[in-house]
Parts: sequence; structure tokens; C-alpha cells
Amino acid sequence: MSNILVVLEQRDGKIKRVGHEALAAARGLADAGGGEVHGLVIGGGSVEADGLGAFGADRVTVSTDDSSELYQSEPYAATVADAAQMGDYAALLISATALGRDLAPRVAAKLDCPLAADVTELSYDSGIVVKRPAYSGKATYTLRVTSPLVVISVRPNAYAPLQSDQAGTIGEGSVTAGREGRAVTKEIKQPERAALDVTEASIVVAGGRGLKDAEHFALVEGLAEALGAAVGASRAVVDAGWRPHSEQVGQTGKTVSPGLYIAVGISGAVQHLAGMRTAKVIVAINKDADAPIFKVADYGIVGDLFEIIPRLTDEIRALKEN
Amino acid sequence: MKLAVCIKRTPDTETRIKIAGDGKRIDEAGVKFVLNTYDEYAVEEALQLKERAGSGEVVVVTVGTEASQETIRTALAMGADRGVLLKVDGASIDPLPVAKALADELRGGEYDVVLFGKLAIDDYSHATGPMVAELLGVPCVSAVAKLEIADGKGTAEREIEGGVEVVEFSLPAVITADKGLNEPRYPALRGIMMAKKKPLEVKDVALADGGLEIVELALPPERQEGRIVGEGADAVPALIDALRNEAKVL
Repeated sequence: MSNILVVLEQRDGKIKRVGHEALAAARGLADAGGGEVHGLVIGGGSVEADGLGAFGADRVTVSTDDSSELYQSEPYAATVADAAQMGDYAALLISATALGRDLAPRVAAKLDCPLAADVTELSYDSGIVVKRPAYSGKATYTLRVTSPLVVISVRPNAYAPLQSDQAGTIGEGSVTAGREGRAVTKEIKQPERAALDVTEASIVVAGGRGLKDAEHFALVEGLAEALGAAVGASRAVVDAGWRPHSEQVGQTGKTVSPGLYIAVGISGAVQHLAGMRTAKVIVAINKDADAPIFKVADYGIVGDLFEIIPRLTDEIRALKEN
Repeated sequence: MKLAVCIKRTPDTETRIKIAGDGKRIDEAGVKFVLNTYDEYAVEEALQLKERAGSGEVVVVTVGTEASQETIRTALAMGADRGVLLKVDGASIDPLPVAKALADELRGGEYDVVLFGKLAIDDYSHATGPMVAELLGVPCVSAVAKLEIADGKGTAEREIEGGVEVVEFSLPAVITADKGLNEPRYPALRGIMMAKKKPLEVKDVALADGGLEIVELALPPERQEGRIVGEGADAVPALIDALRNEAKVL
């Protein structure tokens, strides 16, 4: 098999964990098919690309330009497409983030090749075979790639980053320079309080209608803070205006695969389960012993969340302090 | 202002999925199909853009089978002016052939803005909007939650991990709509009656070959039912013990 090109997402010059995850996905595929893993970083003035060999890259190209510090769809797509055509590549991997979900289809259209989006598993069997969820996690496609080049977006948290003592080589590229887009990202507005993103967090604490009032979400936030977790929400509470849509987990929100998912006062409607059923460990806390959430939970506590959550938060804090 | 909205007929979000006999698609028997949830925001936004501009046309375009006529009628009932069904025999799991069919229809249509939902809740690819933009050679802002358009240009806000991107763009452009962009209207009875008389053109198209072959569509492995560690706050130590020593996630 030919080589694999991985687009490594950076923010403020630092490669994001999802980039390391994509390298791990690429490494496994390259080792199975017999090929190299090349990384491509696009960014502004300076980018920390050293040490990517340890995460699975044989070679990394850094393409920097002052105008590329923030994601710019057209120049980024042109740079990626150019890089893809400069090597003998069988696959182009991009993380399925807000950036990747915008970039990957543009690049696929530019290169006239297929797109397998939000892939959770890559393998090699006389060709590239991928698994990707559909119907928001209610079913999974196994797809065989039949074209010489494919663009694949890799879902966050599907692969764990590698750690090896391999070095890898870093090259410079300046293919972005001088490109202009007609859609220009001007700035990133940060929330007042920096919040972990629900799709990228390794622990998620999500709250539902059982909290009875928007104010009571402080309980969920307190537990999340104690755990270093992101806050999630059910559709019911987002629709009620208690929480922003960015926190919604489920079919019309985000699909998450954290190591630990704690559902607080969430009954577990089909469309919610679709968004979190791939979490490695699920905990449910609900007063209704017959709630569907208990059918998918590894561990459950039946009872009053207003008593359980403060106690759980206290004990987690005590645990962390020791 | 001339606006196009590309829509899709998808199973309702509450649908329980069953796999068809061939193991490659869902069993559609008994499944309720609706206008893709995110497309509702796209249709609504197009209608509001036209209303604000004071004049214009909202054209709804879809790639689908004969059954998609019903989905177009839903958008017409919301207030769109006319529909185009690009009729195909089957679906493509590779989004590019679909994007090509849409781009072929839209090219030369002199649309100021082409809107999409940010994703279709069946295939979940988030793809056709940016692909069509690339094929038409126009800018695109995807997953937009706030949009302002005036004097041939616009500003959009899109949620990214841990923040909001502010993007300025020139027209013509492709916009894909996220939840939160607006509150989609329900078709009124009068709208539903009027929709029946609005023009709906059906064109036979053949999709280009895609580069992905479906090996299998399967239900995800059932999660093993876990256990209730106890009742009330007194069960907290047992839960923490299980998370630390069994699941090893704390």
C-alpha cells in the first residue's frame, strides 16, 4: 500500500490531542498495509511539531503563514490538496472536529475522491476498510475503499495516542503562502469560562430533566469540575433553554465516546443513547429504576440525585486530594 | 435575493433501526421519514433572508427517490417557492456523487446563497455542503449558528471546540446550518394547501460512481446490562469503588 498523509490540527501553535489520535490510526493502517505515515501541520508563525515521531509519524511537514494561524477553509484545503498530490498517498486522514468536518469534504471534492467521515476503525484487507457510525450511532457501516485515494475523517476519542521512542523527521513547507480565501476567519471568541469540549473530554458529566431547574445544573458543573470532566446535556434541557446547544449529547447534538460518561437525571431516550452509547463506561443516576438509561449503564444508582450528586462530588474531591 | 436550499429525506430521530435482509441498508418498513432536522434550520433561514431582502426566490433541491417529493412539499409548505427533485434509483454512501449532482443543478442558477443542514441525521457525513461549495468554486461556512448578510457579504459564527469562530465571507456562498440558527416555523394549514400547487420539477439523474462500497450495515454490539450498585447517597462509596477498582476509570 502507498503512504498515509495525516493533517494534524493545531490550536495556538500546539498540536491537539486529536492529531495524535489520527497519527495512531494512520500508524496502524500503514503498518498493516506497508507504507509510511506523513504528517502535515498548517499554522501561523510558530508551531510546535517536534516529537511527533513518537506519536507515529515518519515525517512531518510544517506549513506556516501568518494568515493561517486560524483555520481558513479555502487556503487550508488548497494546501492539503497540494500536499496530497506531492506524495504517493492511499489515504488522507483528518480529525472529525469542527475544523476537520469542514476541511475534509472540501479536500475530497478538490481531489475528486471519496470521503469516509467520522470513522472509528481503520483496517487493511487487500485495501482500506473502515467502520463508521450512521443513524447517529444506531448502526455501523463497514465500507471498502475502491478508489486509489480516499479522505477519511477520524472521530475524536476513537484511537488512543501512541507513545514510542521513534524520532521522525521534520521538514518545512510554505505551500500556504499567498493564498487567499473568500471566507476569512477573523477571530475565535472564547467563552468567559474556558470549558472542555464534550466531544474531546475523557470524562463527561451530563444532566437531564431530572435536575428540574436550570439553576440545579450547578450540581452537574460541580461534579464535572471535581472530575476534570466536560458538561453535557440532554436535548430536553437544551430545548428548554437551560443549557447551550454546544453541550447537547444525542442525535441532534454531539456524539461522544469518553472513557467515563455519567448521566445525571437523564432517562435515556433513544436519541440520547445514540449519542453516548460508545462511551467506555457509563454511570446512570436516576430516581426511576425503570429508566432506559439503566439498560446501557455499567453502574447505576437509583435515588434522589439532589442527595447523591453532592455526596459523590465530595468523595471525588477527597479522593483527588489524597 | 435568490436562494437555494438542499434538503434530504431522513428517518425520524425517534426511529429504531432495523437492518434489511441484505445486511447493507436499513429496513424501511414502518419507518417514518421526515425532512432532515438540520435542513429545517436551513429552510427557515432561507425564508427569513428572502423576507428581509423584500423579494427573491427560495428553491428547494434534493437528490432522492420518488418518495422525496413529500419532503420537498414539507419545505414548500413552510414557504419555499418551488422544488426540484433530482430523481435517482438508489443512494450513495460516498457523498461526492450526490454533491456533484447538486452542483450540476445549481451551477448557473445565480444563487446568492445556497443553504444546507450541517449534517444529515442518517449518514452523518457533514459533507455535501462544503463539497458543493468546492465544486461551484464559492466560499462556504459550515455549522453556522448565527448569520448576518447585507450588501453582498456576510458574517457567520460557528461553534468550534471551546469557542466560536467568527467568519466573514463574500457572496455567493454556501452556508450549512446548525441548531440554534433560528426557530423553524411549522407549516400552517394554508401553507400545506398552497404547497400542493407550487411547482415541483422532477429530473432523472444518474449518480456518478462513488469510491466506497458497503460491506455491511450492522447494529452496534449491545451493551451488556450493568448493575445497580445501590440506592440513594449511601451507594456512592460502592460506585466509587467500582469505578476505581473494576472499571479503572478513576
